[in-house]
Amino acid sequence: MIGFLSRRVFESALILIGITFITFLLLFVLPADPVRQIAGRSATPEVIANIRHQLGLDLPFYQQYWRYFVNLLQGDFGRSYLQKSEVAELIKARLPASLLLMAAGIFAELLIGLAMGIISSLRRGGKTDNILMVVSFVGVSAPQFAVGILMLYFFAVKLAWFPIGGYGTWQHLVLPALTMGFMGAGWYSRMMRSSMLNVLEQDFIRTAKAKGLGKLKVIMRHAVPNAILPIIAMIGIDIGLFVSGMIVVESVFGWPGIGQLAWQAIQRVDIPIIMGVTLVAAFFIVIGNFIADVISIFVDPRIKLK
Amino acid sequence: MNQQVKPILDIKNLTTQVNTEFGAKTLIDNISLSLFPQETLCIAGESGSGKSVTALSVMGLLPPAARITNGALLLNGENLLTYNERQMQRIRGGDIAMIFQEPMTSLNPLMTIGSQLSEAISAHNSLFGSATKQRALELMDAVRLSEGKMRLKQYPHELSGGMRQRVMIAMALVSNPKVLIADEPTTALDVTVQAQILALMNELKADFGTSIILITHDMGVVAEMADRVAVMKDGKVIETSPVDQLFAAPKKQYTQTLLAAVPLLGQKKGQPVILPNAEQPPILSVKDLTVRYDIKGGLLQRATNRVHAVEKVSFNLFKGETFSLVGESGCGKSTIGKSIVNLTSWQGSINIDGQEINGLPTKQMNPIRQKIQLIFQDPGAALNPRMTVGDLVGEPLLIHKIASGSEVEDRVADLFTKVGLSPEMMTRHPHEFSGGQRQRICIARALCLNPKVIIADESLSALDVSVQKQVIELLQQLQDEMNLSYLFISHDMAVVEQISHRVAVMYLGQIVETGTRAQIFENPQHIYTKRLLNAVPIADPTKRHARTLIQNEEIPSPIHDLKYIPQINEYSEISKGHFVATYQN
Repeated sequence: MIGFLSRRVFESALILIGITFITFLLLFVLPADPVRQIAGRSATPEVIANIRHQLGLDLPFYQQYWRYFVNLLQGDFGRSYLQKSEVAELIKARLPASLLLMAAGIFAELLIGLAMGIISSLRRGGKTDNILMVVSFVGVSAPQFAVGILMLYFFAVKLAWFPIGGYGTWQHLVLPALTMGFMGAGWYSRMMRSSMLNVLEQDFIRTAKAKGLGKLKVIMRHAVPNAILPIIAMIGIDIGLFVSGMIVVESVFGWPGIGQLAWQAIQRVDIPIIMGVTLVAAFFIVIGNFIADVISIFVDPRIKLK
Repeated sequence: MNQQVKPILDIKNLTTQVNTEFGAKTLIDNISLSLFPQETLCIAGESGSGKSVTALSVMGLLPPAARITNGALLLNGENLLTYNERQMQRIRGGDIAMIFQEPMTSLNPLMTIGSQLSEAISAHNSLFGSATKQRALELMDAVRLSEGKMRLKQYPHELSGGMRQRVMIAMALVSNPKVLIADEPTTALDVTVQAQILALMNELKADFGTSIILITHDMGVVAEMADRVAVMKDGKVIETSPVDQLFAAPKKQYTQTLLAAVPLLGQKKGQPVILPNAEQPPILSVKDLTVRYDIKGGLLQRATNRVHAVEKVSFNLFKGETFSLVGESGCGKSTIGKSIVNLTSWQGSINIDGQEINGLPTKQMNPIRQKIQLIFQDPGAALNPRMTVGDLVGEPLLIHKIASGSEVEDRVADLFTKVGLSPEMMTRHPHEFSGGQRQRICIARALCLNPKVIIADESLSALDVSVQKQVIELLQQLQDEMNLSYLFISHDMAVVEQISHRVAVMYLGQIVETGTRAQIFENPQHIYTKRLLNAVPIADPTKRHARTLIQNEEIPSPIHDLKYIPQINEYSEISKGHFVATYQN
């Protein structure tokens, strides 16, 4: 276990370093100029050159990157160009809201997606199966901003079950979490369905039935745990999709998370914030994959730790 | 059986059908069978005869598309077909229990043996906590599994096939069932393990007073186990007779042909072996062949353990000769076949038709590859389902740029005739053929490049005996016509005896005994050869033998740590060409 952990930590560190480099490079070659954003339209060339020099943006790429990287190792994410505060502070203030939304979104997508998948597989070829698969198709293909706006329209405006936007109570959380989870539920229901159909044909399911177990036990104790195995790995990857979804959903629902922060920063080429949010997101993807692997180990005794 | 004794299970006029897109198809047709107390009834027949469907019908475990359309299933006079699902759950695993063919896949990989066993126990008994555990331990003892306590905490993948089948049997015994249905329970197991499981079933029958329905395709197992036999064909019961009568005087034509096709161990006893071309240099010469695989792990993926698959194996194969490698799973026989065609990395020396291939670059290897072709075990999986069989057979000619256009077609048509198929079949796809025909297609493909050597890796194992017999005849006929050499890799001692000129018995990556067919089968010397021969069930109920050499031990693992230095066998020649590993302890 310790060997496994140290290997994974080592790998994760490499991945994160790679991500800082690639993101930094992409922002460097981007035609947008942060200095113009800061200085405003009427600034003189001297002012612009001055700001550029102050921010170190006149240095060659490798020096800029090296400076950023060394600071990062000391826990310094840099200062926002425009918001006049530390990036770390900005992210710290907004992270809890995003984590809450992410957790609720993952919970929603798994609950809805797995339930839909299990039910369709048991009703294979029937009406229920067809209806659920149409719903899942909509989930996979509908853009999140449209889903979010429709949810707002029906459940907040028309029915007034939930608040229109904002942050604070559990009622605020429901619609954004459902919007976040809907797409994932579409994917998971399809994966769970095919995984279940595969497992239900396995010999050990027949053995379980031959023992005289009831249908519910056969499904919940023997079929579902086996069917979920390939899906656990997907949850780790899924967090990446979630982060991009967060930018949209937080904007639609006015959710004060890092998604909104990122969106504003992108519009204004506020490089330190973009870097910071990207890194945090990457960190969670890496953590998510790590957790998925650890869960797999606990669920599947065949995976041996070397 | 005494007619006054009432049957425990009475299957009356049972018909089971399955829905297909072309309407209902009858799987079993109006069959009637009775199972009497303490009796073993064997249902024998070839694949597709409806044996398994009969068992699943009794258990109420038919797939959703299939259903029983007629008949009655009387268990102690009660018709099970009138039972609802809840009542059937009590029957399943309660009065009637079942074990299956594939012990490797029949247990849930995510649950411990103990929890799977306890689950079965609590489904039928109201036992709690420690009482369940106690019962589980008793059952582990009953199926002769050592270290029961530890086993209960293990997961299926930690047990061997034989041990898993014992667990399956333990699970079937939880509530002393009246009827045990065993569907090909030993087909997937090695022959020495098969002997252990069959012996166990006989002991349990005596201990528990269970009646057994044993479904098998293997007439040897039938002769070994059955009190009475029902022979099935195309969904019908052709003949039901006491076992002695069935083997001595089969009533029906089909039974006679079935029995005639069974390869009998000892069938060739006394016939001299004529070795072809032993004076000429061998067409294939293997010397000190060693194959080891590293098992990697750790931070830097360094080797931690090593599989000693093959250790210093040497043999020669002469022109027109069949040389068999025989042994149980994991003994390295298939690895040798793979090494010869360079499908795995190996050390040592392999000489094909005078050319050493160790270290030969791919370019020079290609013409040599033509001289050696492979036939595999599963002809269904060895043929690409999207290609026509004509294209499949002709493909090697295109790959090696030997022929093109209509030339290929002519050659393929010629090959089809040679293997007993009609050239008109060339445009069809693999799924339109039966298993035996598919294996003929694989043989035709192997012959396409005019090879000198054919490696047949368990090529007959997946075929029914009647088909097997035809393919053996085909292989022998082709050998005579084309002076082919066969390297025949098999676990089936009876088939090996039929087909081989010379035989090598393998155990844990090394040859323990080699000699002519007569030397190995009529005068086996090594303890392992004897054990292997002794374990083969003989398709003759009068020869039910006391199995003296059955041991409940398993073959040790070929995985060792990196420091391990294998002990290489030394041989003594006890008569000309008959080498036996000097037995070391």
